[in-house]
Amino acid sequence: MRFLGTSRRRSAAASALVVGALLTTAACGGGNSDTNGDAAGYNAAISKVANESDKKGGTLKFIGVQDADSWDPTRGYYGFAWNFMRFYTRQLVTYAPEPGKAGNELVGDLAKSKAKISNDGKTYTYELKDDVTWQDGKPVTSKDIKYGIERQWAQDVLSGGPVYLKNVLDPDDEYEGPYKDKSKDKLGLDAIKTPDDKTIVFNLPKANSDFESMLAMAAASPVRQDKDTKSKYTLKPFSNGPYKFKDYSPNKKLVLVRNDEWKRSSDKVRAALPDKVTVTLITNPDELDKRLINGDYDVDLNATGLSPAGRAAALKQHKGNVDNPETGFIRYGVFPQSVKPFDNIHCRKAVIYGSDHKSIQTARGGPKAGGDIGTNMLPPVVPGSDPSWDPYGLRSNDGAANKKKAKEELKKCGKPNGFTTTIAVRNNKDVEVDSAEAMQASLKKVGIKAKIDEYDGAQIAGIVGNPDVVKKKNYGIIIMGWGPDFNSAQGYGKPLWHSDYILDNGNNNFAEIDDPKIDDAFAKFQSELDEKKKAKIAGELNKMVMEGAYYLPFTFEKMLTWRSSRLTNVYSTAAYSGQYDYVSLGVK
Amino acid sequence: MTAPTHDTVKADEAEADAAADVAKKHVEGRSLGRIAWARLKRDKLALAGGVTVAVLILVAVFAPVLTALIGQDPNEYHQDLIDPLFGTPTGSFGGMSADHLLGVEPVNGRDVLARIIYGARVSLLVGFLSALVAVVLGTVLGILAGYFGGWLDALISRVMDMLLAFPQLLFIISLIAVVPNSMLGLEGTGVRLFVMVLVIGFFGWPYIGRIVRGQTLSLREREYVEAARSLGAGKRYILFKELLPNLIAPITVYTTLMIPTNILTEAALSFLGAGVKPPTASWGQMLNTAVRYYDQDPMFMLVPGIAIFVTVLAFNLFGDGVRDALDPKGTR
Repeated sequence: MRFLGTSRRRSAAASALVVGALLTTAACGGGNSDTNGDAAGYNAAISKVANESDKKGGTLKFIGVQDADSWDPTRGYYGFAWNFMRFYTRQLVTYAPEPGKAGNELVGDLAKSKAKISNDGKTYTYELKDDVTWQDGKPVTSKDIKYGIERQWAQDVLSGGPVYLKNVLDPDDEYEGPYKDKSKDKLGLDAIKTPDDKTIVFNLPKANSDFESMLAMAAASPVRQDKDTKSKYTLKPFSNGPYKFKDYSPNKKLVLVRNDEWKRSSDKVRAALPDKVTVTLITNPDELDKRLINGDYDVDLNATGLSPAGRAAALKQHKGNVDNPETGFIRYGVFPQSVKPFDNIHCRKAVIYGSDHKSIQTARGGPKAGGDIGTNMLPPVVPGSDPSWDPYGLRSNDGAANKKKAKEELKKCGKPNGFTTTIAVRNNKDVEVDSAEAMQASLKKVGIKAKIDEYDGAQIAGIVGNPDVVKKKNYGIIIMGWGPDFNSAQGYGKPLWHSDYILDNGNNNFAEIDDPKIDDAFAKFQSELDEKKKAKIAGELNKMVMEGAYYLPFTFEKMLTWRSSRLTNVYSTAAYSGQYDYVSLGVK
Repeated sequence: MTAPTHDTVKADEAEADAAADVAKKHVEGRSLGRIAWARLKRDKLALAGGVTVAVLILVAVFAPVLTALIGQDPNEYHQDLIDPLFGTPTGSFGGMSADHLLGVEPVNGRDVLARIIYGARVSLLVGFLSALVAVVLGTVLGILAGYFGGWLDALISRVMDMLLAFPQLLFIISLIAVVPNSMLGLEGTGVRLFVMVLVIGFFGWPYIGRIVRGQTLSLREREYVEAARSLGAGKRYILFKELLPNLIAPITVYTTLMIPTNILTEAALSFLGAGVKPPTASWGQMLNTAVRYYDQDPMFMLVPGIAIFVTVLAFNLFGDGVRDALDPKGTR
């Protein structure tokens, strides 16, 4: 609207009306009494089961703002999708239905038990249960499992999912995938043998102590060859779990109904209480929070935590419906060594000491919605971690910046008067922009002038994931977060710290760490089968990364999640980033 | 209307008062500027607008002095005043207190008053400079099109039509996305300001250009222009000594009315994240943050909202007054 032709006075009157309206709506913000009735209590689903029950029936209602990247178990990479997929697909092994860290334990699912490991950790043998079935009543065979895993090789058709098994079983990329397989049964992958329908044997070229965790991922699910619709499989996956797809319109809704062929006796993991599971997808996160708080829906499918507005309403009026789990993510700033002056460890340390950790924590949402101030680079859910180990004293002095040490480090770095750099931050994440501003404000006080560059958050791989671009744009500090694909030092740290993972595009080793000692430690970790010794190596890795001062951990992330009063059998599980264990949920 | 004038609204107050006094005794002999000033003085609303504008300009110019006086730095964090659980100020009314008269920002606790004061700098700077760009371009091109006519007029008029039809806001947002972080010796906020001034000004000139062209079309056939031409005056003399002084009135009016529009555009751009860069304070950016905390901290949305509202209203009232004073017969 331009000023020609309209009366200025009239538009001035209109703006007066707008401000008036603002004032009135502001006046009626808040208020609204508790209609949710008997909530189980604050943090009732943390480390214990809230509303424990075995009552079957009813409809479990999910709501979300983000559809799965794919419901095809081979292709999905969202954590919530892996959690949800257990409704309709099973794996050889899966996570125990236990709250908190106990949920990290692997148990047999399609297999009778965990693997028999032989040949120095290079051979894994499983025996399948007798009563595991597909949704048409046919038994799930070892060949179905092998075929399902082979689909990981067909990256040209089925891209997007994790490829850990592919990398471990076929490091030289020799097998060309089931769709190009010349053998008659399309089961040409040598590393997996199926001597009979009930036995499956994995032969690893090199031992990997996390192999079984990789088999617990959704991408190791069985797929039946005659039901494989390739890239269309996401629209109607063929079920071997307690529920099957009834109706799915992408980005709108998904309805699952009971799979009558699934036998409860075969499955000790899935409670399968509701008769029906629905997912409704909308676009507005604030609206999502409102509908949850209203009691229209039970769980946030995406499990990203309540937004600031919803958080206040939930905590002030319905605290008993809120849980505050750890997500396993660490939020951090990372210093690419190719960008001067961050090639010098003392300049990196200057930034670590010069940042105000408390104000970054507040920017991220405070101790509850943001998480505790991070101290080192292993998330508390990973074995070998020790959140109280704080080599840089980040939590000391209530998280305030250590200006004296920062100045000392600047002198050692040869920049006693500070330097100029750029903080790269995703433009679609308000909290990350806030954290960058908090960092900028505190660094300024020790003489480090940081500019903030907001880049397109959909272009991570091509911008901060490209070391050339990072160097060209002078990104000395990149703000990012990372969570483990499976809870081990390898599942968390290898893409971040191993020299093999410095990539030209889609790089995640932002610090460009190329340290043979770290690479060796990963090799040692992978060949070590003893859990205690693995944890010790994880601690050593963490120590090396922290001593290198490549990262400034911001927070060990936590989130505030909504649990409706209708939900039964609710608990947060460490196996899925602190989300509720979806397959255990029931409704009153 | 009387003779062309060199001195329009800028006539100083003493002179104008004297003129008004004289006017009571002698009816003849007042310039357009004096008549306009006398009329403007009678328009209380316009005067109030003018005074507000003057105060705003002083606030923007003396921002560092003012913030030093209230003892607050616009970029200083005060997180002790923030409830870490919700990220909102602990005090009531957005954390208003004797130290922080208008409260503090959510999340980081920066002083709202200090940021409003510094925000005025960005708003007025962009408002004035982009109006200047538009006026210079619009006047020169409008006068050329109107006076010479023919293919030049056709060309300039079509360009104006094109620019008027162009989705300006979308264009600036996409332009900001591709502009590098530093160029021409400027960095960060400097680059953003430069681009905003240039682009808002560039899309604003056709409005002035059309008015000037229309006026020139009618003026160039007047007797005094004919006279100058027949006496052998050069084109430059006619354009700038004969025509331009008679265009001052409409140009002044449209400039005063263009500034608030530009201020709104700047606020919109900052709101959308295409404005100045953090930590530089800007009203639009404050509104953007306020949206997230609106339910819990409505005061923080009101303060920058009122700042924008008052500024735009003041400029508009003043601009309306100037127009009425210069051309009382003009229709709206």
